[in-house]
Amino acid sequence: MAVAQAAHKNREFLWRRLHTLSGVIPVGLFLLEHLFTNATALRGPAAFNDAVDAIQTLPLLHFIEFFFIFLPITYHGVFGLYVAFVSGYNANRFSFGRNILFVFQRVTGVITFVFIIFHLWTTRFSGNAPNFDMVHNLVSNPAYFWFMIIGVVAATFHFANGLWSFCIHWGITVGARAQRITAWVTLIVFVVLAGMGVASIIAFTHSA
Amino acid sequence: MSTAAETMETTRTVHLIIERQDSPESEPYTQEFVVPYRPGMNVIACLMEIQRNPRNKQGDPVAPVTWEMNCLEEICGACTMVINNRPRQACSALVDKLEQPIRIRPMRTFPVVRDLVVDRSRMFDALKKIKAWVPIDGTYDLGAGPRMSERDQQIAYELSRCFTCGACVEACPNVNDKNSFIGPFAISQARLFNMHPTGAMHKEDRLEALMGEGGIHECGNAQNCVQVCPKGIPLTTSIAAMNRQVTYHALGAWLRK
Repeated sequence: MAVAQAAHKNREFLWRRLHTLSGVIPVGLFLLEHLFTNATALRGPAAFNDAVDAIQTLPLLHFIEFFFIFLPITYHGVFGLYVAFVSGYNANRFSFGRNILFVFQRVTGVITFVFIIFHLWTTRFSGNAPNFDMVHNLVSNPAYFWFMIIGVVAATFHFANGLWSFCIHWGITVGARAQRITAWVTLIVFVVLAGMGVASIIAFTHSA
Repeated sequence: MSTAAETMETTRTVHLIIERQDSPESEPYTQEFVVPYRPGMNVIACLMEIQRNPRNKQGDPVAPVTWEMNCLEEICGACTMVINNRPRQACSALVDKLEQPIRIRPMRTFPVVRDLVVDRSRMFDALKKIKAWVPIDGTYDLGAGPRMSERDQQIAYELSRCFTCGACVEACPNVNDKNSFIGPFAISQARLFNMHPTGAMHKEDRLEALMGEGGIHECGNAQNCVQVCPKGIPLTTSIAAMNRQVTYHALGAWLRK
């Protein structure tokens, strides 16, 4: 009864927890899948086109795309903008490392939000067939190339640092030591994923 | 009596820049003061000196600076103010260890009553909200409660050292006008009373409160709280521990319905 009443009065807790969860499952998982697929471009255009074809032949692709990617990413992004808006920023007064990362998390979130919209517009909704040449034509433009680099670094940072925060939000890492170790692990996750993403973008600049 | 300006020439002095405010509604302004130095003096001693001879740096008479204090040994938290950008107790802020000029302002996360005096009622409200007590009152003697393990006593002692000074609330970026976050200290207090064997009888009430408006979910893990806590209370560990309790409670409550 008390639970029902509290839940009725305030759903903020639920929205917040859904936000942190959606960032990892499925949005984070999709990010990993996306980066790994793009990394096949390192083995040449044919390998990348094969990987794309494999995804294109998945059953219920539009269903998966809508319910496991589009809906969660929209929720995470839009609610995330709200979170960034209601957060305070005082890293100028308190320049502790974690407080600076707290600001970075929100800044990279907003960058990633804008990046994804433009990225989708120029790829998924551009009307062009998804293949190596399409991406090659895009990243041949230096402005678009650097836009991609910034977007990938921001997205991978947001994911890795968000993973650290997720572990605290869900009560997985409780002690200071556990949180410190997770910080190092997620830093490695960031470096590896960002490196992979950047290498893939560079691979796309080489003509087929 | 020599003015502050004259003493500056003859003896060692302390230079203070204080942000002042005459009433809750009026605009803040800063005033500079120069007080004679004494070995081992703290910020309270400087403020007392200003009270004794309320003149600004130029020697003009001004209204004495208002502040709150009580224990003078970093136990009550009443004299918490922002000293050189850090929320801390004025009693344990030793002039010898501070960079001069010493900049002092009130904790603006709370409504300012006057000068350095702030209204910390919201902290008391937060403690009431999360039921930060052990209910033992009855119409008859309830007898001795269950014993607590030595290990739990150690943790509880650490948490019980919180004196609601407000430093963590001042440093937390998510305690602001756009957010109703109750603050780190309240989450730590919920942990303290949830780990008490008798207090645990009202565990669910506290978890419900933490899931309510301005609850634990408003924490953004900036972790300033644990850096500024004068008592070194592991506030971020408390928050994560309560996140774990809340997660189990929320999932359990949902699956039981």
